[in-house]
Amino acid sequence: MQRLIQYIKTFSLWELLVGLKLTGRFLFAKKITVQFPEEKTPTSVRFRGIHAQRRYPNGEERCIACKLCEAVCPALAITIEAEPRMDGSRRTTLYEIDLFKCVYCGFCEEACPVDAIVLTGFHDYHFENRGENILTKEKLLAIGDKFEPQIAADRAVDAAYR
Amino acid sequence: MDQIFLVGVIVAKILVIVVGLLLSVAYLTFLERKVIGYIQCRIGPNRVGPMGLAQPFADVIKLILKEIIVPTKSNKFLFIVAPIISLATALAGWAVIPFGKAAVLANINAGVLYALSISSLGVYGVLIAGWASNSKYAMFGALRAAAQSISYEIAMGFALVGVMMAAGSLNFQTIIHAQSGGIWHWYFLPLFPLFMVYWISGIAETNRAPFDVAEGETEIVAGFHVEYSGTTFALFFLAEYANMILISALISILFMGGWLSPFEGIPGLESLFAWVPGVVWLLLKIAFFIFCYLWVRATFPRYRYDQIMRLGWKILIPVTLVWIVVIALAIHCNIGPWFA
Repeated sequence: MQRLIQYIKTFSLWELLVGLKLTGRFLFAKKITVQFPEEKTPTSVRFRGIHAQRRYPNGEERCIACKLCEAVCPALAITIEAEPRMDGSRRTTLYEIDLFKCVYCGFCEEACPVDAIVLTGFHDYHFENRGENILTKEKLLAIGDKFEPQIAADRAVDAAYR
Repeated sequence: MDQIFLVGVIVAKILVIVVGLLLSVAYLTFLERKVIGYIQCRIGPNRVGPMGLAQPFADVIKLILKEIIVPTKSNKFLFIVAPIISLATALAGWAVIPFGKAAVLANINAGVLYALSISSLGVYGVLIAGWASNSKYAMFGALRAAAQSISYEIAMGFALVGVMMAAGSLNFQTIIHAQSGGIWHWYFLPLFPLFMVYWISGIAETNRAPFDVAEGETEIVAGFHVEYSGTTFALFFLAEYANMILISALISILFMGGWLSPFEGIPGLESLFAWVPGVVWLLLKIAFFIFCYLWVRATFPRYRYDQIMRLGWKILIPVTLVWIVVIALAIHCNIGPWFA
């Protein structure tokens, strides 16, 4: 009897029809595709994307050339040279991050005593020429200016856990 | 003058069929990606052109612009000839397909035989390609394709024997006319086991999933066409899809009444749909089977090689043999409405 049922099931392609029914149902299921450049998946406030240097509200750059980030960087991606500025304050003359070396660990952000270097939530960027992988100080500050509202908002949300 | 006119008409018919076929192949690849995408909860290609409709042309341009790489140790003549054989046989089968009451390129008496032999010749392209590439994977793919098509050819042939017995003819038009009189006269009802066997071995003949061991992407990379690139690869691709449509057309004609309307014999509906030309019904039936191809591909995992052989030899062939005897008895006893 068991065998007979088995035969009937096999020859009526029962199991195959069950499978087809399942995939047939998914044909009409809601699609989960995210149309990337237009739609984006939500990112965490702690997301570690491209780097940025921040400024104080009065426009003064935050970085004080303490070189803690350079020291902590496990990939040796950060190069800093510093000199006293005209007004006597200590500032960087050269601040470069090599994005090919960077592993996006976020240690530089953690090490920074003045919250100058940060990792933003912006992650879809590309280079088209050689040398563009080096983020200079000007580029870092520009990124910081561009994303400052987002950076500040992310830091505010995460402040309680820092 | 008459002769030239006749040749011109035939060439025009051939052009219509081939261009239509190539366009349908192009959009079949698009449909395949869409359907499989939808089944996997994705939306498939939608970037090139409105709703992604220009995607097939982008693919074609890409393939044509690519370099044809001929392996150093290959047999260069056969390497180039193989895809041509594949495509030529895939196109030649269309000569006998009736699209309507009078719309057929070559209404030959042994149409079924011709279609069967042409569709079997297609495997030579695969075999030659696998051998001429001088590559292990290609060789494996070719051997698998050869063994598989030999096994399934028999089941397919027997399924056709059933249709021939029922219709008493090898001519496609006669077979279609024999099925006229309503949807319950179509041969898929009395010949249901043969219909299923023909469908299964049709999928196997065209090397489509779940019988795609000749390509077997996860085992032997791409099988017989692993060394092919650019236009030569495009030809294989074209041949495979043209064969899919051909098998769908054959099964529509042999078992689903070809260009006959499904509403025939139903009072009311018959006159309501009388204005629809037969070719529309045929195309709808073909489209249905094409969709089944894609549905099956998206559902089932690939058969193991010995399982394919077992299914072919130990299940499909015995089933067809038994059902041929059943049909013979049914015809002998004039069981209606089919054999009355």
